Amino acid sequence: MATVSVTDISKTYPNGAQAVRPASFDIADGELIVLVGPSGCGKSTLLRMVAGLEDITTGDLRIGDRVVNDLDPAERDIAMVFQNYALYPHMTVAKNMAYGLKNRGASKDEIAAKVTEAAEMLSLTPLLDRRPSQLSGGQRQRVAMGRAIVRDPALFLFDEPLSNLDAKLRHQMRVEIRNLQRRLNVTAMYVTHDQVEAMTMADRIFVLNAGGIEQIGTPSEIYRKPASTFVASFMGAPPMNLLNGKADGGKVHIGESAVPMPCADGSVLLGIRPEEVAVSQMGTIPFKLTLIEELGASRLLHGTVAGQDFVVNAPNDDTALAEELMLEFPANALHLFDAETGKRL
Amino acid sequence: MKRAAFSQPLMPVALLMPQLIIIAVFFYWPAWEAIYSSFFLQDPFGFGSNYVGADNYTRLAKSSEYGKVAGFTLFFTVVVTFLSLGIALLLAVKADKVIRGAKTYRTLLMWVYAVAPPVAGFLGGLLFDQNIGPITDLFAFFGYNLQIGLNYNDTAFAMIVVSVWKQIPVNFIFLLSGLQSIPVAVREAALIDNKSGTRRFWDITFPLLAPTAFFLLIINITYALFDTFGVIDIMVKGNPASNPITLVYKVYTDGFRGNDLGGSSAQSVVLMVLVLLLTVMQFRMLERRIHYT
Repeated sequence: MATVSVTDISKTYPNGAQAVRPASFDIADGELIVLVGPSGCGKSTLLRMVAGLEDITTGDLRIGDRVVNDLDPAERDIAMVFQNYALYPHMTVAKNMAYGLKNRGASKDEIAAKVTEAAEMLSLTPLLDRRPSQLSGGQRQRVAMGRAIVRDPALFLFDEPLSNLDAKLRHQMRVEIRNLQRRLNVTAMYVTHDQVEAMTMADRIFVLNAGGIEQIGTPSEIYRKPASTFVASFMGAPPMNLLNGKADGGKVHIGESAVPMPCADGSVLLGIRPEEVAVSQMGTIPFKLTLIEELGASRLLHGTVAGQDFVVNAPNDDTALAEELMLEFPANALHLFDAETGKRL
Repeated sequence: MKRAAFSQPLMPVALLMPQLIIIAVFFYWPAWEAIYSSFFLQDPFGFGSNYVGADNYTRLAKSSEYGKVAGFTLFFTVVVTFLSLGIALLLAVKADKVIRGAKTYRTLLMWVYAVAPPVAGFLGGLLFDQNIGPITDLFAFFGYNLQIGLNYNDTAFAMIVVSVWKQIPVNFIFLLSGLQSIPVAVREAALIDNKSGTRRFWDITFPLLAPTAFFLLIINITYALFDTFGVIDIMVKGNPASNPITLVYKVYTDGFRGNDLGGSSAQSVVLMVLVLLLTVMQFRMLERRIHYT
């Protein structure tokens, strides 16, 4: 258990490519933070820098009260769960879990006790004598977790641990990992490209884009107040609708219609989440429906507003819909972004 | 398993024939001849042969000279196998770590592989040449007079050096590709679990390399036993009596220079049995222990 403190950390490869732009942040004791972003955004690189698998070009990394920049991965008091589990194929489940402890000079009794305890916790007890090749994907995932748990590290690192599992198992493991992390009260960094994983698991989410941290916030902050159009469209499914508009005299004009919105005059992007749009006779914005996706409880209406693509997530009340509908944008659901920089206004 | 159906019953036989004929002509026939003639004593001038039962074999068992050659063969095989595998492993581990210019570096290390065995033997012969050999010169510089073909130990030394040199690239290629097929994440997991690079190598890398290493072990034993003929032939300089030779070379000298075809055949049969045992061992072991996935 420890805090993590990162100051101006960055990564530049010898060929000059900057994988991680200077970033600073702190992680509180027992907090689970999720690094999320599209592939190539630098989230894995950042995690691997914390693990010690990649050199840190500039900046300081502290785990607990130690600067660990120049320490070997084995000396950083971390444990990592890899995407493809990275189990030792020639060792049994028990030995896989014991290996890290053995190298830290733990006594035989201590190792046995910890392995038993972890196996118990992860329901791996009947599998302790098996080899990884004899396990299913979910079981391997548990062994990888067990290997991390027995070490009792200051910091847990997860590198897309669920992306090799099928959807059902992924959901189950998501809950298990979160429960386990809470129970052990261990600080954790979790990398994923799946925004559902990020929203459901995180205490705080770090949204990364092109090597930089775009926004840090609780899942609800990220959802309610996205700092940029990138965050707005990355987090949430389907993504937030973004409409090009012109702000003029306290109103944002979109095509023929206008939405009252106090802001400086100029080009803006008006954002609204598909689930916050209401289809209503009283609405003021015309919507041209082109496609309906049934989701069961709700349905996705695809179409255009003033010639721009737009999606509405409407409750499924089984009514037939006309091709021309009127939409209502609740004032508190509107987001405004700078058209040039994409930053929130 | 998928079974192909042939409408003509003779078709599969015809398709198999070329392979079967080749095996029969080049393996079973000579093997049978060797076994057959190992029970006869041939007249040195080729005027006929007498059936002598197992005499050729008992003669071998009693021969102190055969024992001596077998002893040297064992020593030679162990040393050549150990050194060529060991050095290749060291090179492969180091080459695996090279990041910049890795391709050039690897190509340079594999180069010797492209040298044909007889040429390699010839090159080795030149390196150890009494008059112009650079290695001979090097030893002379340190005050030692290296006498290949005259001094038993010197000849053994040269044989081993050239044989090892020739075999290293083969081992290197296999071991390097073996190392590179170990998943990066597994090595990284080990990096987090264990601080010591040496321990990581023996605990994680080497066991995962074991299937490759075991395959190479058999290949190298076979190489040292049989494929070093050319090197030995060059090093003994036509004087096998006072120089170290291996069992295979003795088959040749006894059979073709000593004209003792019966005795030579008996030796061949002994070697055949040896190869058979090695092969059985290889299949058994490969099937059983060393595969994980």
